[in-house]
Amino acid sequence: MKNRALAIPHIVWALVFIVIPICFVLYFAFTDDSGAFTLMWVGQIGKYWGVFARSLKLALIATVICLLVGYPMAYIISRCNWLTQRTLTMLIMLPMWMNFLLRTYAWMTLLERNGIINNFLESIGLISEPLKMINTEGAVVIGMVYNFLPFMILPLYNIMVKIDNSLIEAAQDLGCSFPSVLRRVLFPLSVPGIINGITMVFVPAASTFVISQKLGGAKNMLIGDLIDTYFMGGEPNFHVGSMLSLVLMLIILICMAFMNQDDEEVML
Amino acid sequence: MKKAFSKIYLSLVYLFLYAPIIVLIVFSFNESKSKSHFSGFSLKWYIELFEDELIMTSLFNTLILALVSSVIATLIGTMAAIGIYSMKKKSRSAIMWVTNLPMVNPEVVTGISMMLLFVAFSSIFGIQQGFYSVLIAHITFNLPYVILNVLPKLYQVNNNLFEAALDLGCTPRQAFFKVIIPEIMPGIFSGFLMAVTLSLDDFIISYFTSGSDFQTLPVTIYSMLRKQVPPSLNALSALLFVAVLAILLISNITAIRKEKAEMKR
Repeated sequence: MKNRALAIPHIVWALVFIVIPICFVLYFAFTDDSGAFTLMWVGQIGKYWGVFARSLKLALIATVICLLVGYPMAYIISRCNWLTQRTLTMLIMLPMWMNFLLRTYAWMTLLERNGIINNFLESIGLISEPLKMINTEGAVVIGMVYNFLPFMILPLYNIMVKIDNSLIEAAQDLGCSFPSVLRRVLFPLSVPGIINGITMVFVPAASTFVISQKLGGAKNMLIGDLIDTYFMGGEPNFHVGSMLSLVLMLIILICMAFMNQDDEEVML
Repeated sequence: MKKAFSKIYLSLVYLFLYAPIIVLIVFSFNESKSKSHFSGFSLKWYIELFEDELIMTSLFNTLILALVSSVIATLIGTMAAIGIYSMKKKSRSAIMWVTNLPMVNPEVVTGISMMLLFVAFSSIFGIQQGFYSVLIAHITFNLPYVILNVLPKLYQVNNNLFEAALDLGCTPRQAFFKVIIPEIMPGIFSGFLMAVTLSLDDFIISYFTSGSDFQTLPVTIYSMLRKQVPPSLNALSALLFVAVLAILLISNITAIRKEKAEMKR
């Protein structure tokens, strides 16, 4: 049943549609309009330093919140009986299967100046002026957490189901308090799930453009928004866009390599 | 005490996950255009939704695209998995590294890199972006998922099975189709399903590769979000939610029944 030739269509496909496009990105990032080699776009990265910093900052905040909220969640679900577990994980997956544009749209209507939250707070007399919630960094973080929380919970849950209850009980019998069970048993055993969850939240959060555009407005541009503008906006500039994409790709790949360094199996 | 705390915590997180969706659905039945003030029950946004030709065409486009791209990705991917399985470790990890790139890379980067290729395509061959370019893009990001679903199944197949089939008079081709393929079928099937879901749900890569003539449903939704959003989008959300709920319920109930049957055995 061994037949290496069967992989040929796929190899050709991957070369043409994965490798060559990335070469195109490299080409555009280091050439000018006439096609001559230039480093001028590298010099422009500095101009966008603030946007890079904001993207990484907001993505990091969202990832930390997802981890803090998702970890207890995954633990609680993993200790239920199997039927409850199935139901609860299904309920986690359900919003995840809704398109993320619609999930973001839901928050647009909630956070609006005349949205439900403001209306409600005003009607109970808690505020007299509508709060400014949309078009803030906070709104972007909420959007990220809302969109990506399931991607944190599910990998954590998948690893925690495999942790035998008797391990936890044994630790408790031997005199561990719950915090030290957490630190010495649960946490070390769930590291692969944590790494998986962090990458599944951080990568899309750091490179999003829809969430920031719809909930953060023009002031809170992220790196994804810049790339979007340079490719799809009114005055496209593929060179700057490619350079920014290249930097984003490098940042992400470095983060991933750093996180997966003891984990060769991830890439098979 | 601990139990109560767990329950409260679970409810709060689920409330956070579902409240926005429930609000969306409630306001799809609103009589007026407002999305914060409910003035009366009406189904008119649903009617408007079904009369919206753009939405209906893009829904159709999305379904066709998901089906065609998943079938092709499953075909190429299954073959690739067998090929990769047969390789030495070094070439295997080199290929997997390239294959996984679209999975690891931020989607925007995959999107714009393919856009650059298709722009070059259209300036050289004069073919505009459209169905074909989105199709290629979807197959490309579906491939790693198919391969990753099929490969583990291949490792589980007992090598003697193939030999036994040959000893019993099968040609290698027969042995392959009658013995190996049925063994790895669950992997092929779950890879296919994953490809369909990813393709249905994809926005970013379709957005960069579709050009202006061909729109998938998510791309249409995105363009609706740019203007004053019509409440028919709420109606669409509600319908999609119900569809997803139905699919998940059916698949879970069948899985639970299966597990129960196995436990009895």
